[in-house]
Amino acid sequence: MNIQDYKGVFVFAQQVDNVLSGIALELVGKGKDLAKDLGTEVTAVLVGSDVKGLADELAEYGADKVIVVDDPELKEYRTEPYAHAVSSVINEYKPEIFLVGATAIGRDLGPRVSARIHTGLTADCTQLDIGDFPINPVPGKEQLHNQLLMTRPAFGGNTIATIACPEFRPQMATVRPGVMQKAPREEGKKANIIEYNPGFTPNNKYVEILEVVKAVSDVADIMDAKILVSGGRGVGSPENFKILEDLAEVIGGTVSCSRAVVDAGWKPKDLQVGQTGKTVRPNVYFAIGISGAIQHVAGMEEADIIIAINKDETAPIFEVADYGIVGDLNKVVPALTERLKAEMAAK
Amino acid sequence: MKIVVCVKQVPDTKGGVKFNPDGTLDRGAMLTIMNPDDKAGLEAALRLKDQYGAEVTVVTMGLPKAEEVLREAMAMGADKGILVTDRVLGGADTWATSQTLAGAIRNLEYDLIITGRQAIDGDTAQVGPQISEHLGIPVISYAQKIQIEGDSVIVERQYDDRYHVLKAKMPCLITALAELNEPRYMTPGGIFDAYSAEITVWGRANLVDVDDSNLGLKGSPTQIAKASDKVRKGAGEKVTLDPAESVEYIIDKLKVKHVI
Repeated sequence: MNIQDYKGVFVFAQQVDNVLSGIALELVGKGKDLAKDLGTEVTAVLVGSDVKGLADELAEYGADKVIVVDDPELKEYRTEPYAHAVSSVINEYKPEIFLVGATAIGRDLGPRVSARIHTGLTADCTQLDIGDFPINPVPGKEQLHNQLLMTRPAFGGNTIATIACPEFRPQMATVRPGVMQKAPREEGKKANIIEYNPGFTPNNKYVEILEVVKAVSDVADIMDAKILVSGGRGVGSPENFKILEDLAEVIGGTVSCSRAVVDAGWKPKDLQVGQTGKTVRPNVYFAIGISGAIQHVAGMEEADIIIAINKDETAPIFEVADYGIVGDLNKVVPALTERLKAEMAAK
Repeated sequence: MKIVVCVKQVPDTKGGVKFNPDGTLDRGAMLTIMNPDDKAGLEAALRLKDQYGAEVTVVTMGLPKAEEVLREAMAMGADKGILVTDRVLGGADTWATSQTLAGAIRNLEYDLIITGRQAIDGDTAQVGPQISEHLGIPVISYAQKIQIEGDSVIVERQYDDRYHVLKAKMPCLITALAELNEPRYMTPGGIFDAYSAEITVWGRANLVDVDDSNLGLKGSPTQIAKASDKVRKGAGEKVTLDPAESVEYIIDKLKVKHVI
C-alpha cells in the first residue's frame, strides 16, 4: 500500500427507503471540515436503487463530489452487496479517510468493508480531528502529520480514547449519529456526480430478504427525543408521573426515567436512561427527583442543557446540572407547566 | 449441526463502576463476567441444541484466566471449550482479534457461528462481522430471533425503525443482541462437570492461515494516540428559590437558550 496514493475525504451517504438519513448530511458536514484542513475535497458515496435523485441534496449540504452506485440488488440494505459496492469504490478511488454512520447499518457495513480491504476501523466516534501521530514527538519515532485522530468513549463512557491508523488507508471510522453538525444548506449548489457500478453477482454471502417489518410503536424512542422530562424515585408514585407527562406535552418532550423507577415497576425498561438503560443526548434534559447516581449520569451527561429539580441540595445530580433548582418538584413542575402553557399560547 | 459460539470475559460495569482516588478506573476491584451479548448468543445456541440437536463449542481469546467463562458456558450446557491464549496475541485491535478467532475457527467444523453484537468494555461491534469476512461466509448482525429451516437459517435482523426477516444458507455468522433471550442458569450438575471438564488450549501455532503480521499489537492497524478518563462537565448554577421564582428562573434559561 502506497499511502501517498490515497487522497480525499469520503463519507457513506446512508439512505433508507430512498430518503437520506440525518447521519449522511452530518458526515458530509464533518467531512467538509476535515477536507478543508487537508486541502482536499469531500465526496459522498451514495449506494442504493434509484437513488441518483438524492445527489443534489448531498451537494446542497456541501458534497463536492457524489459517487452513485445504483443497482437493483441494492434496494434494501444487505451486508454483502453494500460491502461490495463500498469496497469497490474505495479500491477504485482510494480515499485517505472514509466515514460511516454508527447506525444499525453502518456498524454492520463498516467492519465488513474494513476487513475486506485490510484497514483499521474505529467504532462509534464522537470527535474527529486532523493532527499529528504520535500527538507529542517521541524520540526515535517519526511524527506523522495530517493524520485522522478518532476519539471515542469506551468502557461504558468512563474513559475516552483517541485512535489513529497511521499505516493503512483509508482511515476508517463509524461516527455516532447526532454528534456532528450538518453544514447550512446552499440551495442550487451542484456537485460533480460520478456513476460507478462494479457489477453485482449474487454468491453464498448474499442473504435473502423474506420480509421487511416496519415498527409500529406508539412509544417514542427516548434516544430520538430533543427534550426529555425524566423522573426518578423522588417523583414518589407512578400516578405522580402525570405532572411530568403534562410538562412533556406542553414543551414537546418525551418522558423518561431512572433505573429506580423501572426497578419499582413504575415505568417500562425502554424509558430507562443510564448505563443499563439508554444513552441519550437531547437538547434539554429535565432531571426531576433524580438523585444522579454515576450510572444514571453516564447515560445523560452529554445532553446540551441539564435542568435538575430536587429537594435535596446535596444530590449529586447538581454536580452535572447546568441549572439546578433546589425545591419541591410537586410545586415547581405543575407551576412550570402552567407558565409554559401561557408562554406557548402567547406565541 | 455444529455451532461455534465466541465469548469474551469482560469487567462487570453493571454493579457500579469503581474508581481509584485519582479518578482512574479501578479494574482490580471489578468482577469479571461473560459479556452479556455473548451470553445471549450462547443461550441462542443452546436453545437450537435443545430444539434441533447440536454440538456447541465455545471459543474465547484472552488471558489464561478467561477459561472461567468457558467453564461457565459448559456449566450452562456447552459441549466443548477452547481457550486461545498466547503472548503474541496481546494488544490486538478488532482486525487482529478477528484474524485470531478466524484462524482458530478454521480448525473446526461449523454450520453456525454466533457472537455477541458487542462487548461492554470496547463497545465496537466489529469483531463478529470481521470474522465472517475473513471466513468468507455471510453475516447477519443484530439478531433478535433465530430459527433453522433445512440447510438455512432464518433470522429477524433489527434496525432502528424496522426488522428484516433474512434467510441465509449455512454456514453463516450471526451476532446476537442481549435482548434475544433470557440466558439460563448454570445447573449444579453442570457446574460439577464443567469444573472437571478438559479445556482445549490453543496458542499461535494452532491458528490456521493467519500471517504473523496480522496478529497482536503489531498486527493492529489502529493505534492508541491518547487515552484519558472522561472529563465530566462539572456543576453549573444551583439556586434555592420559592416555586414561582423557580419557574421564572427556568423560563428565563429556556428563553436564553432558544428552547422556547
